[in-house]
Amino acid sequence: MMEKQYETVIGLEVHVELASATKIFCGCSTKFGGAPNTHTCPVCTGMPGSLPVLNRQVVEYALALGLAANCGINQHCRFDRKNYFYPDNPQNYQISQLYVPICHDGWLMVDTSVGPKKIRIHEMHMEEDAGKLIHDEWEDCSLVDYNRSGVPLVEIVSEPDMRSAEEVIAYLEKLRMICQYLGVSDCKLQEGSMRADVNLSVREVGSDKLGTRTEMKNLNSFKAIARAIDGERARQIELLEEGRSVVQETRRWDDNKEYSYAMRSKEDAKDYRYFPDPDLPSVYIDDEWISRVKKAQPEMQPEKAARYQKDYGLSEYDAKQLTQSRHLAELFEKTADLCGNPKKAANWFLGETLRLLKERGLEEEEVEFSPEHLAALIVSVEKGEVNNQGAKEVFEKIFDEDVEPMAYIEAHGLKISQSAGEAKAVVDKILAANADAVEKYKNGEEKVLGFLVGQIMKEMKGKCNPGQMKELIISKVK
Amino acid sequence: MDILENTALSLGKKIRLKEIGVREAVKASLDQIDRQEPKIHAFLDVDEKKVYARVKEVEEGIKAGRYRGPLAGVPIAVKDNICTKGQKTTCASRILGNFVPPYNASAVERLHAAGMIVIGKTNMDEFAMGSTTETSAFGITHNPWNTNHVPGGSSGGSCAAVAAGEAFAALGSDTGGSIRQPSAYCGVTGIKPTYGTVSRYGLIAYASSLDQIGPVARDTADCAALLDVIMGYDAKDSTSMERKSENFLDSLKGDLHGVRIGVPKEYLDLAENLDPDVKKAMVDTIHLLSRNGAIVEFFQLGMVDYVIPAYYIIASAEASSNLARFDGVKYGYRTPEADGLHDMYKKTRAEGFGEEVKRRILLGSFVLSSGYYDAYYLKALRAKALIKKSFDDAFYKYDMILAPASPTTAPEIGKSLQDPLKMYLSDIYTTAVNLAGLPGISIPVAMDSKGLPVGLQLVGNCFSEKKLLDAAYGLEKLRGSFPMAFQAKVEKKHGKERA
Amino acid sequence: MAEHKISDEVMANTELLAKLALTDEEREKSRQEMEKILGYVDKLNELDTEGVEPLISLFPVENVFREDKVVNGDMRDELVDLAPRKKDGQYLVPKTVE
Repeated sequence: MMEKQYETVIGLEVHVELASATKIFCGCSTKFGGAPNTHTCPVCTGMPGSLPVLNRQVVEYALALGLAANCGINQHCRFDRKNYFYPDNPQNYQISQLYVPICHDGWLMVDTSVGPKKIRIHEMHMEEDAGKLIHDEWEDCSLVDYNRSGVPLVEIVSEPDMRSAEEVIAYLEKLRMICQYLGVSDCKLQEGSMRADVNLSVREVGSDKLGTRTEMKNLNSFKAIARAIDGERARQIELLEEGRSVVQETRRWDDNKEYSYAMRSKEDAKDYRYFPDPDLPSVYIDDEWISRVKKAQPEMQPEKAARYQKDYGLSEYDAKQLTQSRHLAELFEKTADLCGNPKKAANWFLGETLRLLKERGLEEEEVEFSPEHLAALIVSVEKGEVNNQGAKEVFEKIFDEDVEPMAYIEAHGLKISQSAGEAKAVVDKILAANADAVEKYKNGEEKVLGFLVGQIMKEMKGKCNPGQMKELIISKVK
Repeated sequence: MDILENTALSLGKKIRLKEIGVREAVKASLDQIDRQEPKIHAFLDVDEKKVYARVKEVEEGIKAGRYRGPLAGVPIAVKDNICTKGQKTTCASRILGNFVPPYNASAVERLHAAGMIVIGKTNMDEFAMGSTTETSAFGITHNPWNTNHVPGGSSGGSCAAVAAGEAFAALGSDTGGSIRQPSAYCGVTGIKPTYGTVSRYGLIAYASSLDQIGPVARDTADCAALLDVIMGYDAKDSTSMERKSENFLDSLKGDLHGVRIGVPKEYLDLAENLDPDVKKAMVDTIHLLSRNGAIVEFFQLGMVDYVIPAYYIIASAEASSNLARFDGVKYGYRTPEADGLHDMYKKTRAEGFGEEVKRRILLGSFVLSSGYYDAYYLKALRAKALIKKSFDDAFYKYDMILAPASPTTAPEIGKSLQDPLKMYLSDIYTTAVNLAGLPGISIPVAMDSKGLPVGLQLVGNCFSEKKLLDAAYGLEKLRGSFPMAFQAKVEKKHGKERA
Repeated sequence: MAEHKISDEVMANTELLAKLALTDEEREKSRQEMEKILGYVDKLNELDTEGVEPLISLFPVENVFREDKVVNGDMRDELVDLAPRKKDGQYLVPKTVE
């Protein structure tokens, strides 16, 4: 008997925390990491008599994201209550959108190893985030922090169009890039500002019927998502091979054990009794609002990368790398324009900047140096005022502390000399006057180098960098 | 003249003219509370210390010219589902038995801004669910006209407090008649404003799409003045309406000439349910109004049979969700012992809520549950659309509608709760007004054969409070003075002595 | 008035959704009352609502917004103080993980 071939069918529900300053229905801060319950008020703790008032910025962000993802807009949309009891949900209902979500029927083009693929988006809706529960070992109970309660979310529901972990990650990366370009979310998986639930089923290749799907939660890195997909695919295939069937359920992925567990509770009725929230009037997004948001949309990554190839003469690969983060791309652009040398600027971003990012463990968005400073450094290197080694040292200081490069070069004696010409002339003079020493050096007597440098220093009254002089001598003698 | 004989407005005027001190007025109220409460139990909490601290503030505020309105210095009672900062707000429920809100309802903020003094929190049906104030977890309230009878509900405490002279005015809330019906039962005047007129921020929700705070007082002018104080747009309530400030008090003239009043035929055809005394009051009032320049006509309103079903589906559905937050986690009661989270929820709620509240939460959970949502909830919202339309049609022809506030006068204590459905049916005249968001004012017009007041309501189109209050004021002038229960009893006693 | 029977299963589910622990006696009483009330509200079925849109908001008010400005300070102590059980500025609940 021929072994059965299985296809994995994946749809995603992605939650993205929006970057508004305040929560969706109250004037509390959305800042991450405050002491528990210090960003709360009667509204986001579900106090009796409190009422929600919608944050305009949330609609604006959701609209921008929907338009960027090629969605249709429901110009009249509404909020509904999703009713379920859980302590992270202070009202015991979540304000969400079921019946008329803000966006519907969009798509994203994602890059896969076999070329571009279109992933359809079923809908996007606005909703409020829940609080956080932590387990208290000491008292064997849980503690609730409502700082996150009411932080605005957009949930993006895809169609089941993905077939592999690679496609899933490509889709998520695309989505993250769009969010970051739009500035609607920072999409940090670790901090939970981007969260993906994976709906997965398997079916025999060739079948056009969908299998029974499971929903996996608690996936907080791209790696965990990839492992969870492979693990769940294997688990479902094993069940089918054994002649058993997949149960439609929600499973929690444990990335340490690399296994998912069914989240089942007999108290979970799974009947959310959605109904229109009587506390919130509907939202009307008129044509003017849509066109205003469309107009305000920044140049997105594909257009930016194409422009870099065309205007700056960069390679396709470099242009793509430089545009992964809108923030870095903008820094690059400013630097390139200021120094008039896009290729050199690109090298600094693709080389040293990325290296330091990694070394410092920073996100692209956290890079904060002035493009003027890097541009000045590039010009200085071009003029031969500082050598490559020195320039790297200066750049590190610019990256970390945004120092003014010329002052730093002066202060740290990195300047090759007042003028490169003068230094070169002195070196030539000293070398000519000490031909025997030069001869010794050529024969392998390295220590005469020190003597020569000393002579130059003396001649220049110390106004030069010994290291640079050493390099200069070596370059002349060779 | 005894201070208690004053209406809120005449008291306010005397305070302004320094004929009566704020402290004296408050003391008169507190003394009356001491005298009446053993029989009436209109209040759940009266904190004299806080009241006197506020008196000082108000005295200073009046002196400094900060409080210049017509009700500055007047003591007022507030229903216990309206949040008062630092003072217990329980909704007459065990589940909120110890709840002290750290914020004021917006309506309470407005009372403060007008220089009024909250004298205490009044009893009510638990979470405003009931028509008798008997579902309170903290004891029943007695009707000041006859303490064997209920004061009506759910704002029974507020209406009884005004009738008993314990407060010069009160705030109530009305979801399906909870101001108008007890006002009628207690012989006081109460108005449910157009939905969105008074902010709901800090009103503990029963049914959000129907709830409205409104004034209860001795007469129409007091209601108008109090509505002027509490109405207005509030950015904290998204359903609050921006209405231009109307100054209801100053526009009262009592002009009934040419006012077109419709009387729904169906309302008088409820042969078996409509008390003959109430029917007589209707007929007499119709004659009185038409003799004095109003144009009164009977008409077919329509949809009357569907009002109660639609109301109970919508109100229960919203209640089941609004009351989900009472779970023993953030505030209020929590069961002392439970086996895990969900057991804690279930026990806390079973022990914390009374029978009527549980009944409506169950009903509401059912009508929203999967498989029933369309058949019940959506169907009810469609019926609501038709009910609203039937009123729109009526207001095309009439300026307002005259109707009973209740099919009967106040029933005896203990007679209503055995049959919940029957109790629900008695809301026939009031609930449609909430479904359509309309303003309605209930004013006493007569006494029944048992010596209990009969109240009727005038219902206007949305935002027509000015016209409505003016007509009520006109009707009041035709009716003549109507004593509060505590005044009537004094008269009776004196009469006997003289005889 | 129409008959409306509520099965044990539906009753149990309703109780679960309402998060109420009912005694057998209460359950029976509630069931009977609900059957009676539902029998009555079934009257709505007589009503032809073909083509009638459900009325969600009474007034055509839309776009009631708040500006995105932080206006709330730290209210933790006032709020958490109200909780029946609390620890370290947090709300304490029976453990939620199995």
